[in-house]
Amino acid sequence: MTSHEKALLAIKVPPAPTIQFRNFSFSYKGQLLFDRLDLDLATGCWNLLLGRSGVGKTSLLRALAGLLPDTSYSGEILFDGKKLVSDQVSWMTQDDLLLPWLSVVENSLLGNRLRAWSRSPFPIIARNKAENLLRALGLGEHLHKRPAELSGGMRQRVALARTLLEDRPVVLLDEPFSALDALTRSEMQDLAFEQLMHKTVIMITHDPREALRLGHDIYLLKGSPVQLTRVSPPETVPLRSGFSSELQWCENRIIAELSLAGEIM
Amino acid sequence: MIKVLRSLLVMIGLTAGWQLLVTVTDVPPYILPGPGVVAQTLLTRFPTLLPHATYTLSEILLGFGLGALLGMISALLLATVRPLQVWLSPILVMTQSLPVFALAPLLVLWLGYGLASKIAMAVLIIYFPVASAFYDGLQRTPKDWRDLGRIMKSNRMAFLWHVRIPFALPSLASGLRVAMVSAPIGVIVGEWVGSSRGLGYLMLHANGRMQIDLLFAALVILMIMALFLYQLTDQLLKRLLKHFSLDEDKI
Repeated sequence: MTSHEKALLAIKVPPAPTIQFRNFSFSYKGQLLFDRLDLDLATGCWNLLLGRSGVGKTSLLRALAGLLPDTSYSGEILFDGKKLVSDQVSWMTQDDLLLPWLSVVENSLLGNRLRAWSRSPFPIIARNKAENLLRALGLGEHLHKRPAELSGGMRQRVALARTLLEDRPVVLLDEPFSALDALTRSEMQDLAFEQLMHKTVIMITHDPREALRLGHDIYLLKGSPVQLTRVSPPETVPLRSGFSSELQWCENRIIAELSLAGEIM
Repeated sequence: MIKVLRSLLVMIGLTAGWQLLVTVTDVPPYILPGPGVVAQTLLTRFPTLLPHATYTLSEILLGFGLGALLGMISALLLATVRPLQVWLSPILVMTQSLPVFALAPLLVLWLGYGLASKIAMAVLIIYFPVASAFYDGLQRTPKDWRDLGRIMKSNRMAFLWHVRIPFALPSLASGLRVAMVSAPIGVIVGEWVGSSRGLGYLMLHANGRMQIDLLFAALVILMIMALFLYQLTDQLLKRLLKHFSLDEDKI
């Protein structure tokens, strides 16, 4: 990527807010998943929430996104000291959620399309921004193709572009790379990490290695109701790679802790 | 192409079986005329049959158009206006099991022997499968999509237009197919109950005068018409879904 392209991509974002869970309780189908949880998530970095499937990771993320009905949880979720406002977040899931009848560019600008009913949804500026971003993500050749013509990794890149173009300070990632093959996953991790460098990212995963690769902060979720443990991550900065003995040691410890929790349940 | 050839062969086989049945049992032509006789009648009485056929066809098309339109509008209203949804959607599901045909005599009583009562009958029969299938499709927008729409702060109408309606198209398509199958039935039943024109009327009339060959000729035309209309609807719907890259089996 040339510096010119980088300049085009620089997206001005208001400073990312602090995220605080205070006294957060939530039950799902009669089971208490969170009992008066307190959690502070650091801003401007990648927070990784790691746990087995079904432990309540997604509920936590849905709470942040404002998708839980007000009556289903108690406690507070504060963004920068104020009550959560859902238009501060954007969201990316394992499913790319591309509309099969729209082109790559149109899909990446879906937010504009869904918010503007009467006005023309794609002002030239938005369109240029989207096309530049898609080019930077390696999709320059595919701007006008439909999702069905793309590989899984490319589709996930379009979803990443759509998430970035929403231009929100907090980005919620719900296992976005877990359906991809190992090589594509690692490429996507690199791309996403680079693009979301200064945002507050909250990502959930069940893969210890992914958490260790990407996380500035790593939290283990285990048990029911959930107990949170902060894992001190390796000394190195994320996008960690390779099989250093320290990483290996961390991975083993995380796996040991998670399987211990499984036995208690 | 092979498929067309195959169905053609089956049709020839069935006609041959029909002829065989007539020859072997020696059944009198006023009970079951052979295919040859029917074909002959079809040709010689064509000037009689044609106006009745066009009359019935126009009833079917008008009924289908009006019924499908009303059905789609109702589904959209039910899916978007909350009070309507709460009060009326359970009823929509229930009406599925109503024997709408039983209303035919009433419709003729209220709307007369002309076009109106037949169209009303077809509209009634078409309305419910279209409305309930489309409504069902509109209600079943995948949850992830609804979540994404909420996070993106989407406008309700924009979300309906860009996401809910396209995702409901496969359901609507199956509703329209069912409707296209039942439309001719509705119209014919309407004509049987009371009319002075149309293929249904002609069939009753021919039956009463022991012109069974004419009855069969009318039946043949009706069948060809129904098959043609169904194929046309099916092809148009397939095109529409393909345009949206929607696969019916997947949703």
